[in-house]
Amino acid sequence: MDQLSLDFTLDQGGFALSAAHQAPLRGITALFGPSGAGKSTLLRVIAGFEPGARGRVGFGDTVWQDSAGGIFVPPHKRGIGMVFQDARLFGHLSVAGNLDFADRRSAAIPSDITRDAVIAALDLEPLLPRRPASLSGGERQRVAIGRALLTRPHLMLMDEPLAALDLRRKAAILPYIAALPQAFGVPVLYVTHAIDEVTRIADDLIALNKGQVAAAGPLAETFARLDLDGGGSRFEAGVILSATVVGTDTEWQLTGLDVEGQTLAMPAAQIDAGAQVQLRVRARDVLLATQRPEGLSAQNILTGTVTEVIAEPDTAFAEVFVAVGAQSVRARVTRVAVAQLGLAPGLPVHAVLKAISFDRRVL
Amino acid sequence: MNLPAFDPLWLTLRLAAVTTLLLLVLGTPLAWWLARSRSRIKPVVEALTALPLVLPPTVLGFYLLILLSPTSPLGAAWRNATGDTLTFSFAGLVVASCLYSLPFMVQPLQAAFEGLGRGPLEAAASLRAGPWDRFFRVVVPLSLRGYLTATVLSFAHTIGEFGVVLMVGGNIPGRTKVISIAIYEHVETINYADAHLLSAVLLVFSFLILLFVYVLNRRFRVRVG
Repeated sequence: MDQLSLDFTLDQGGFALSAAHQAPLRGITALFGPSGAGKSTLLRVIAGFEPGARGRVGFGDTVWQDSAGGIFVPPHKRGIGMVFQDARLFGHLSVAGNLDFADRRSAAIPSDITRDAVIAALDLEPLLPRRPASLSGGERQRVAIGRALLTRPHLMLMDEPLAALDLRRKAAILPYIAALPQAFGVPVLYVTHAIDEVTRIADDLIALNKGQVAAAGPLAETFARLDLDGGGSRFEAGVILSATVVGTDTEWQLTGLDVEGQTLAMPAAQIDAGAQVQLRVRARDVLLATQRPEGLSAQNILTGTVTEVIAEPDTAFAEVFVAVGAQSVRARVTRVAVAQLGLAPGLPVHAVLKAISFDRRVL
Repeated sequence: MNLPAFDPLWLTLRLAAVTTLLLLVLGTPLAWWLARSRSRIKPVVEALTALPLVLPPTVLGFYLLILLSPTSPLGAAWRNATGDTLTFSFAGLVVASCLYSLPFMVQPLQAAFEGLGRGPLEAAASLRAGPWDRFFRVVVPLSLRGYLTATVLSFAHTIGEFGVVLMVGGNIPGRTKVISIAIYEHVETINYADAHLLSAVLLVFSFLILLFVYVLNRRFRVRVG
């Protein structure tokens, strides 16, 4: 596994980005943060478009940039594939011409990536003779992804490739992106400010805030504490649960899911039994009870043990982490409830999940 | 009709063609530098490049006459190397025309390069294209309309040149007597028939060139969208 090592600062007149971070790159790493956090700039530094960055940027055994050592590898020699937010296809070439532009220049590089495989994986065949100007936004990004893959890169950088698309088109492209690392053996660094994109496709997460890395690590554990580390909004705070599909009850139109030996039910989804799925549960959608609640319309209850209680000073609320097997759920409750129920580490509790969303990634 | 009357036309076309080709080679790097540079001397270079637009051709011609004369270092060096003078020769006309038409080559190219922005260049760099590769495979094709405009304007402007030629080249048949000079001479000698003929040829020729460019430009625009 190749390691991206960053230790640099970049001052852009009023905005300073600094990163001292080692990121093992496997699968898809989401670079997440609000607008203006410095995500795109960080990507540009890695790509080699910011020669003014002071410090070091390295990938695997290669040093790409070292201001002290006078090293600067220009972008065209870094072996990165970049997908820009605005696609940046060449208007003077057809789609096939755009793909060939990359393909020809990387033909000598040892790689399993072939033109045919890329065209097949991204369904580009019908688009080949067309001009970029005649493509829809979603088609354009698919071509841009294919073109970047055909540089046979060590690392794919994607700069909010779906930001300009509506929800439906976004949903249509996400599966293509999610499949890239397995299909082509290339790690992806994916910039986004949309949390639903993160939870759908990311394996790891780097959260950026105000030009600093706020949190980083495997998706589920980093995501659960994102807001507490200053990297996400409290409103969206919650956890990601891995679950196995048990089966679908056609009478009640419910799909059963197994989480750590306990069962949840979701409105029926077209997913085969045995499939792994990811669920997102927001902290504000979780109630806690010290006894198993009866006579409740909410049916999804997970039993676990309190591991951590974080009271927020100056507010009515506290964040409570509950271990459910090897995973955990998080509940946002009032501080007065913490006191009255005696919520403390070690206490067995029942977590009632009022709402669960499917992140439709089937692994 | 006596055919020798067309000599000035061929000479003019040759001068315009050579000048335009030279300007394509020299103007491209200059325009690229002007489009990309953030140097403090950029405005100075821009002003110098635009100078032929505002200077009376006689002023430009006067300085060139001094600069190119066999007594100047440049003129002397040229004479030693080629055995011919720069003043009152075709080579001298080419040098003068290049300066005279420089803004007509550089300004459209600079505008085209600036209009590209950094997007296509960064995209090409991320696709493993080096600097020269980026320029010839991305910048030039995407700036074709700018090149077309620059080429035609430089060519047409050189054809219409009069004052500078008169100062630097004089009126030597087959050597420096271009069409505008020939027409002037015909009028001076009250040879209106030849003046009519050459003027009409120049008028129709210029119109056809411009028409060709505008038609091509229109098609080009539709294709690229």
